[in-house]
Amino acid sequence: MSQGDFVRQLDSGSSAIYGAPSHWHKIHMDLPLLLLLMVLAGAGLFILYSASGQSAHYVNRQLSYYGVGLLVMLITAQIPTRFLERWAIIPYIGGVTLLVGVLFFGIGAKGAQRWLEIGGFRFQPSEILKIAVPLMLTSYLARRPLPPSFKHVFFSLIFIAIPPLLVVLQPDLGTAILIAVSGFFVLFLAGLPKRYLGFALLAAVVVLPLMWLYGLRDYQRQRILTMFDPEADKLGAGWNIIQSTIAIGSGGVDGKGWMRGTQSQLDFLPESHTDFIIAVLAEEFGLIGVLLLMTLFLLIIVRCVMISLRAQSMFGRLLAGSLTLTFFVYIFVNMGMVSGILPVVGVPLPFMSYGGTSIVTLMLGFGMLMSVSTERKRPG
Amino acid sequence: MNDDHALKNPQMEFRLFVGRMLFAMLVVLVMAGVLVGRYYYLQVVRYDGLTTLSDRNRVLVEPVPPTRGLIYDRNGVLLADNRSSFNLSIVVERAGELEELIAELDELIGVSDSEKKRFYKQLDRRRRPYEPVPLRLDLNEKEQGVLAVNEYHLPGVEVTVQLLRDYPLGRETAHVLGYVGRINDREIQGLDPVRYSGTLVTGKTGLEKKYEDELLGEVGYQTVETNARSRVMQQLERTDPVPGKDLHLYLDSRLQQLAYESLQGERGAVVAIEIATGGVLAMASAPTFDANEFVTGISFDHYDELLNSPDRPLFDRVLQGQYPPGSTVKPIFGLAALESGVIRSSYKIDDPGFYQLKNEERKFRDWKKGGHGNSISLYDAIVQSCDTFFYDVGVKMTIDTLSLYGSYFGLGEKTGLDMPTERAGIMPSRAWKKGARGLAWYPGDTVNASIGQGFSLVTPMQLAEATARLASRGEVRPPQLVRKQHALMPPVNIIQASEANWDYVHKAMQDVVHNVRGTAQKINRGLNYHMAGKTGTAQVIGIKQDEEYDAELVAKRNRDHALFIAFAPVENPKIAVSVIVENGEQGSSAAAPVARQIIDAYMKYYPEALADITGQQSLRAAGGQ
Repeated sequence: MSQGDFVRQLDSGSSAIYGAPSHWHKIHMDLPLLLLLMVLAGAGLFILYSASGQSAHYVNRQLSYYGVGLLVMLITAQIPTRFLERWAIIPYIGGVTLLVGVLFFGIGAKGAQRWLEIGGFRFQPSEILKIAVPLMLTSYLARRPLPPSFKHVFFSLIFIAIPPLLVVLQPDLGTAILIAVSGFFVLFLAGLPKRYLGFALLAAVVVLPLMWLYGLRDYQRQRILTMFDPEADKLGAGWNIIQSTIAIGSGGVDGKGWMRGTQSQLDFLPESHTDFIIAVLAEEFGLIGVLLLMTLFLLIIVRCVMISLRAQSMFGRLLAGSLTLTFFVYIFVNMGMVSGILPVVGVPLPFMSYGGTSIVTLMLGFGMLMSVSTERKRPG
Repeated sequence: MNDDHALKNPQMEFRLFVGRMLFAMLVVLVMAGVLVGRYYYLQVVRYDGLTTLSDRNRVLVEPVPPTRGLIYDRNGVLLADNRSSFNLSIVVERAGELEELIAELDELIGVSDSEKKRFYKQLDRRRRPYEPVPLRLDLNEKEQGVLAVNEYHLPGVEVTVQLLRDYPLGRETAHVLGYVGRINDREIQGLDPVRYSGTLVTGKTGLEKKYEDELLGEVGYQTVETNARSRVMQQLERTDPVPGKDLHLYLDSRLQQLAYESLQGERGAVVAIEIATGGVLAMASAPTFDANEFVTGISFDHYDELLNSPDRPLFDRVLQGQYPPGSTVKPIFGLAALESGVIRSSYKIDDPGFYQLKNEERKFRDWKKGGHGNSISLYDAIVQSCDTFFYDVGVKMTIDTLSLYGSYFGLGEKTGLDMPTERAGIMPSRAWKKGARGLAWYPGDTVNASIGQGFSLVTPMQLAEATARLASRGEVRPPQLVRKQHALMPPVNIIQASEANWDYVHKAMQDVVHNVRGTAQKINRGLNYHMAGKTGTAQVIGIKQDEEYDAELVAKRNRDHALFIAFAPVENPKIAVSVIVENGEQGSSAAAPVARQIIDAYMKYYPEALADITGQQSLRAAGGQ
């Protein structure tokens, strides 16, 4: 630690500006963000061990996902933002092509075709779009004069609309909305004029009732209705929400203790190690645990916002900002659905829920943020 | 570089971005606040209520079903037992692809179509998530092993233990004991939901149904901590169930088995009654079925097969089968003739082989072509089974006397055996014909009734009961399967008849077996006690006037039923037996040997039956007179 003093004086973000790179800077890592993510991952494993019923199997698998994710983040962070900006169209086109592929060759479960299988490896192309759409939008808008003109807004909306429409056909309404939202964040941060925002609100008021009547499938309508009255179908669709609400509420302020949550340990809580893992945390660590986790999430978000504000290019700012907001949306939707204020859509809680796809996708996004955090000022 | 790029204003754009970003952060904080508020609401405001729900969730008061009472025969041989059975269930929520899983199970242990059908049917019913749905009951040891080895790649498959009814003599006791089966939708409405909580089966037929109340026992409760799949994790409190009462029967399993053996291949029924108690020693209805198959759930195909078989194995002939009694009623009507004073014991007729009513052309035939000769007495008429004699005496007595004496012996009435269902048979009378057929009684009807044909119908149980009353000289003890705890009741009624007349009828019945002219003399070889009997042949199809009856030409199903009743020892009767062999043609050859086997076995197993009369009479003389 020969440079110890130096590092202490200047945080790694500002070191980029002053051109005095630390070891971390050389490998394009933002140390505070990296540390926060490690803490979050550690907490995630800790909860997962209890939520999976003390399964070493799940914990080991999750640990290996983190490993792969870390590798993906490291590699992504090495890609210069200029390169990302120039080739953003490639993942977008590729993702859309795969989505079309899903419609024809997709593998389904429970009435929906969401998976593609290539060489024995199964994945959901819609996950790629969660990153590819904001990347594409950022690349498109960053080089245009901002706030965007009508023409640019128009084209942006087309870019935003295509992937969600394909995803809705699978059908996977939840993911479609999340993809659209991630693209919309770019437009918003790029300075979408306020009159468009007003127009968008108005359009939503008109379109939502029509969607309800014609756009939604029965199971989707059922999920939304269930949210408003879970008691109506206690053993069916409402079961998950009732049980997770009981788990959260019975945790109280200080929780029942690690691995002592009766709801989760006795299997009343469905999907306890994946989408509903927050209920396990809330039951075993109480409101204190929830607040600690929320603080951790907010610290990460604040650090990401700082990265976006310090970014050297408009592309970097927009990309970092939109990925940060998307990250928060996942947290909000997941914690909202588990606690019964949003309909149940299959959104995992970032870094906490068990599952490789989610972790790798998230790490890809954070890799891009790392890349933004160390980008060099561009000439003119 | 395109035009757009040229117009960019970095400072203004940066300010715009910062403004938007800060606004977004504000929204993020507000939304995070909403989330925290929601968790605060659940974890602080609603803490008490949700904690109660959580406790109620995991602490469950669950019923502990009682063990069903056992059933023993008179010597303590177990006839209905409870054994542990290993059942295969699937928790659908954990199973992944259900079809694939079942296909895999099919490869491992073989899953039949009806099991699949039953499984999916139950799956359609409303149930709790994580509630296991049974696929196969009663896995054998090999299947358990295969499942244990493959468990790791069979998600959602569970093997649980449960007590299941077991009938060691499943085929021989199927009709008497009946069987238990899963409570169906129709039955569930008639059952007390509290008593039956936790109990899956109920008695469907036979004694299992009749004594359901005693056998069931009283349900217990335990407070347990469970998981969502209702798997008990820990027991907190317990009130033990009261096991069902055991039943001890009069039935002797050896005689019961012998009855089926002796009916081997035939359709028919055997009933043996212990005269002193009215206890049923054996009651067999052949062909039979294996009651154990119904306990685990019989396959639809096999059930159809049993149901539609022309041999009707599910039909309990002992209590449901109604047959014309034929000549087996002759001792009863003979006693009636003496008692009513219509004839004296010295009365004799000449038998030309047929009987004609006054002023009528129609000939009522005797079974023996050309008749039994001249000077036929009542004794001869019973020993040789002379129809013409009984035509004559029956008409003299009129139907009123016949049906009165018939009813004294329980003909046309339910015996009151402790079984759930029983048919009454028919002892025809003027009133009966008027009521049932709306017709007046004709003298010709009396002729038919006097030899147990025409409208007359009896069940094998009735016939055995009537035989017991004959044997005990008129004592009426309702037949009974389950031994009563309290002391034996005295006979409920006594048929009034003089000792001389009883002696006369008993002697005639004894000579049916022991006299060279007796219709059942074939079975007297080697007999070391005195047996009384009476053969019977019941017509299945009517025979027209002057038409010859040729057994060879009549299809097997249209041949006469063979009947035989017997009791022994004559000096102090202990056992009464009735045998019916459907389409057996002649009571003497088809039915009588069966009765002999049963009574022989009884004498062997219960030698005291003969010890009572040793010395009273020389047994050597019993060989044949």
